[in-house]
Amino acid sequence: MEAVLLRARGVPDSRAIATYLAAGGYEGWKKALAMAPDAVTREVTDSELRGRGGAGFPTGRKWSFVPKDHPGPRYLICNADESEPGTFKDREIIEHDPHQVIEGIAIASYAVGAKTAYIYIRGEFVRWARILEEAIEEARRAGFLGKNGLGSGFDLDVWVHRGAGAYICGEETALLESLEGKRGFPRLKPPFPAVVGAFGKPTVVNNVETLACVPHIMTRGAHWFASIGRPRNTGPKLFSVSGHVNRPGVYELPLGVTFREIIHEHCGGIRGGRKLKAFFPGGTSAPIMTAAEVDVQADFDACAQAGTMLGSGGVIVLDETVDMVEAAANVAHFYAHESCGQCTPCREGADWCKDILDRMVEGHARAADPETLLRICRFSSSGMTICPLGDAYALPISSMVNKFREEFDRRIGTATPLPQKKLPVLPWAGPRPGFGV
Amino acid sequence: MSTRPLVAARPETIAEVTFDATLEERIVDLLRRYPTRRAAILPVLWLCQERYGWISPGVIRAVAQRLGESPAFVEGVVSFYTMYYTRPPARYVLQVCTTLSCAYCGGKELVEHLKGRLGISFGEKTPDGEFQLIGVQCLGACGGAPVVQINDDYFEQLDIKRLDGLLDELTGRR
Repeated sequence: MEAVLLRARGVPDSRAIATYLAAGGYEGWKKALAMAPDAVTREVTDSELRGRGGAGFPTGRKWSFVPKDHPGPRYLICNADESEPGTFKDREIIEHDPHQVIEGIAIASYAVGAKTAYIYIRGEFVRWARILEEAIEEARRAGFLGKNGLGSGFDLDVWVHRGAGAYICGEETALLESLEGKRGFPRLKPPFPAVVGAFGKPTVVNNVETLACVPHIMTRGAHWFASIGRPRNTGPKLFSVSGHVNRPGVYELPLGVTFREIIHEHCGGIRGGRKLKAFFPGGTSAPIMTAAEVDVQADFDACAQAGTMLGSGGVIVLDETVDMVEAAANVAHFYAHESCGQCTPCREGADWCKDILDRMVEGHARAADPETLLRICRFSSSGMTICPLGDAYALPISSMVNKFREEFDRRIGTATPLPQKKLPVLPWAGPRPGFGV
Repeated sequence: MSTRPLVAARPETIAEVTFDATLEERIVDLLRRYPTRRAAILPVLWLCQERYGWISPGVIRAVAQRLGESPAFVEGVVSFYTMYYTRPPARYVLQVCTTLSCAYCGGKELVEHLKGRLGISFGEKTPDGEFQLIGVQCLGACGGAPVVQINDDYFEQLDIKRLDGLLDELTGRR
């Protein structure tokens, strides 16, 4: 497949606006400005572009939910809080081609009528926040952004807003809370952000990769975009592949490619000639898949059918040397740390899972542990929490227990009881004079 | 290597902070970007951390006053996020990723080596205040596993030898 989103990778000075313009940059923005906002949304709807942040929601539909007659301001937010373990694709886009994202932001803002856009980027990405700020400044000086951009009468300000270290702020309503200067606690939906979003105004939140697709849809047409991939799963997709493969990295492939092709062809197979044991198809929040499921197609619908999800396209590959109990403990540590603490099933459940799995790793598994893990996970998934973080830890951990049950059971067979801590004998707890002891 | 040491934390800011003209100018510029003053809390805290080296109680009170919030509210925001230093940090903060891909691609060995070389555990500083070790969750650079972030900079595809080289360079610069 020809490179679309990553076409600038390897081009010298690829971040400069001159390079971007020479490659046909900002043509989509010009084209969009000549169209009615509704027509822009329709074009994106027709392309069947689905959100690349993890949920796979149709982007055009998301835009169309913004009320047309709302009098006050609206906002567009570019979600660059990339924090899902195994995902590093947005950083790749920003590193090589920041203007692609900014053009996408401009087009999306025009379509939904937003005059202010924020890029919410994770706090650790200091370098990439700076790259974006420089690119915004370049675009403003070139007249694409700011007051009366390209003489169209459309005003647009784009600001970079840095997070400060919280996985949960990648969830769109937590992001909005964080943007408003609060603790990143997810909000109950409805109302959805398209109606009541940032600062109480209609807001669209789109992932970096989603927005990077938009300029290409404008210049080359919805039909071209829809011709890549499979029906309902259209377009190019960035797969971040990490773990035990020979060539980890970001790969741009059409949706619908199989995981076998990704792992064995593009990434050169498993390191050290070892065998594949399991892989996460879309970050650690997606249920794990075994080596036997490697022929599943990497797209939203095929993954859902296989009982997992494509998520952000962060493929983590684990080879035969990996102990699943240890891997599950590692995953549990992540979610126990990142749960925001609002909902009991997630705050307590992720922590309990972590404690149980740590104890199993240390050799003190109990017979009831696998079932206890599954029960905790059941209580935390399918709508028991405000945001999907409850599912995000429950689904992978329960899938690891279910698909690799024998490894968890083996731990029980060889376990020793947890050494009992000796409580200190306090001076006043001893025999008391006059009580006959 | 271009990693700069962190600004030395100013202990006197525990008691009180007054924003000077340059900082005030930057705060005004930030406030222009948002419809509410509260939304500027995170960026203003970043500014303060760059300037004073840490988010001291005095900084929290000053930010609260400047943005029309209670100190308790600002404190609540600060404590939610992991990247604001509520204690003076070392000159070089080493954040080692401990999540899946890094852990299985050499990260565990890296952590053991660092703890041994620096003689500290996660969350601790070396006695000379040069290095601080933090075990962090996914840094979003899994393709370059194992990853260590030193202050603002990412270092990827590290092994013990390269990491030692980096630390030697940082120590030699004193």
